[in-house]
Amino acid sequence: MRLIVILYLSFLLVIPVSLIFWRTFSHGVAPVWHALQDPAMTSAFRVTGIVTGISVVIDTVFGVTISLLLVRYRFFGRRFLDAILDLPLAISPVVVGLALILVYGKYGWFGGFLERHGFQVIFALPGMVLATVFTSLPLVAREVMPVLEEIGVEQEQAARTLGAGPTQTFRRVTLPAIRWALAYGVVLSMARCLGEYGAVSVVSGRLVNKTQTLPLIVDQSFQNYDVTTAYTASFVLAAIAIASLVVISLLRPKERA
Amino acid sequence: MTRSSAATVAPGRRHRTRWIRPAPGVGRLGRGGALGLGLATLWLSLLVLIPLAAVVLKSFSHGAGNFWSAVTAPDALAALRLTVETSLLVSLVDVVMGTLVAWVLVRDEFVGKRILEVVIDLPFALPTIVAGLVLLALYGPQSPLHVNLAQSRAAVFLALLFVTLPFVVRTVEPVLIELDHDMEEAAASLGASRFVVFRRIVLPNLAPAIAAGTALSFARAISEYGATVLLSGNIPLKTQVASVQIAGQIESDNTAGAAAVATVLLVTALLVMIALTLLQRWARRRG
Repeated sequence: MRLIVILYLSFLLVIPVSLIFWRTFSHGVAPVWHALQDPAMTSAFRVTGIVTGISVVIDTVFGVTISLLLVRYRFFGRRFLDAILDLPLAISPVVVGLALILVYGKYGWFGGFLERHGFQVIFALPGMVLATVFTSLPLVAREVMPVLEEIGVEQEQAARTLGAGPTQTFRRVTLPAIRWALAYGVVLSMARCLGEYGAVSVVSGRLVNKTQTLPLIVDQSFQNYDVTTAYTASFVLAAIAIASLVVISLLRPKERA
Repeated sequence: MTRSSAATVAPGRRHRTRWIRPAPGVGRLGRGGALGLGLATLWLSLLVLIPLAAVVLKSFSHGAGNFWSAVTAPDALAALRLTVETSLLVSLVDVVMGTLVAWVLVRDEFVGKRILEVVIDLPFALPTIVAGLVLLALYGPQSPLHVNLAQSRAAVFLALLFVTLPFVVRTVEPVLIELDHDMEEAAASLGASRFVVFRRIVLPNLAPAIAAGTALSFARAISEYGATVLLSGNIPLKTQVASVQIAGQIESDNTAGAAAVATVLLVTALLVMIALTLLQRWARRRG
């Protein structure tokens, strides 16, 4: 059985991913280095960095807020909110893109109004951020919620009776207690945000040097037979993915302790 | 305690989320809480609910007749059929292989197990487009194995198998860890063979987790886009999955047609999620 599992995982996961690393450097480091210097690539790095940065911040703030609300309070519609939080994970990224275009596009419900006031959403950074946040929405909350539940409210109440305000209680008591789960959720959503392809490809318009992200570069350069660039960008993304997995697995035991 | 990555998929945790009673002091919203709730709900509406409602409304914007003809157009129908059929097949493989992988990871000890533990989550972390490229490297035209699956339906199957791999593993694993050995030992001491022990003792305990993982796998599989883009060649009527078909419709400015197929996907995903919730509730009632 062990053999079956190892073979299955090797042929589905390990060998294909290793092959990418090998292919990337099959002609040495020079072509990879050259591909990384390409203006389109550096622009993609910048755009990906900006979109991921903003998205992760939004994900984190929203994730912590919604976790506190769902765990610490009882209110009308709580179950409903809890249920729709998971919705984004079951929706095709292309549908996410379409949905955003229908509302925020030039001829969308709000898009026309926003554009008349000089705020373009679709085919620009704001749309890409919206798409990225949509697809990674529940990740932070689903990590933080179980921990919030386990730690209970005694310490928070103690802090409150000793005269701490809500902000102080959160900063001094709640935040330290959830920090590992939060870190884990942040790394997870960062990995997801970096690699978001489907939704971003629909809303970005793929303007070279402007709204092109790393995953979009992979696709486009591969279709244009620029294999070196495709492999280089893939290599970077895969390396980051593996690095975040390693970080996550290192964070895990600490959380348990 | 439950060690599952992407906690979103761990029913063990969900279970606790739903059942824990409000601890003393968990209470009604104060002014700050109400403000937070308002903002969170507003954000969720602007980001998720209103856009999704727009998709559904758009699909019926030219009447139910147009919706029907958009969904039953040959390429749309072929894409939907391929998507659902392949996803079912993939979920089936995931049930068997996912349970097996979880079993080996929990009950077996061998060198390199910790590496496998980390590797399992790779499909969650790896960008989907990279997943497609990665599979193409091994199973594409330049395959070192001389297996070329590119632009075939097998490629779609492979791509979906890759992206759904962790779901069943990660839902079954925590249950398996907490499963008591006593029952199995008792059964074995009464003369049950290993197979009988697995079928009569272990499997019934794992069934809810397996079902949950499978539902998540299926929901993910029908909505997958990135991994299939490079691998399948996107040949209409042959290897085009629903998401790719929708993307094509968006590009050719047929948003109503795209919205129609998207609505079918949305409803399917929603039904799967509802079925999953009902199933978990039923499993819990049975104890």
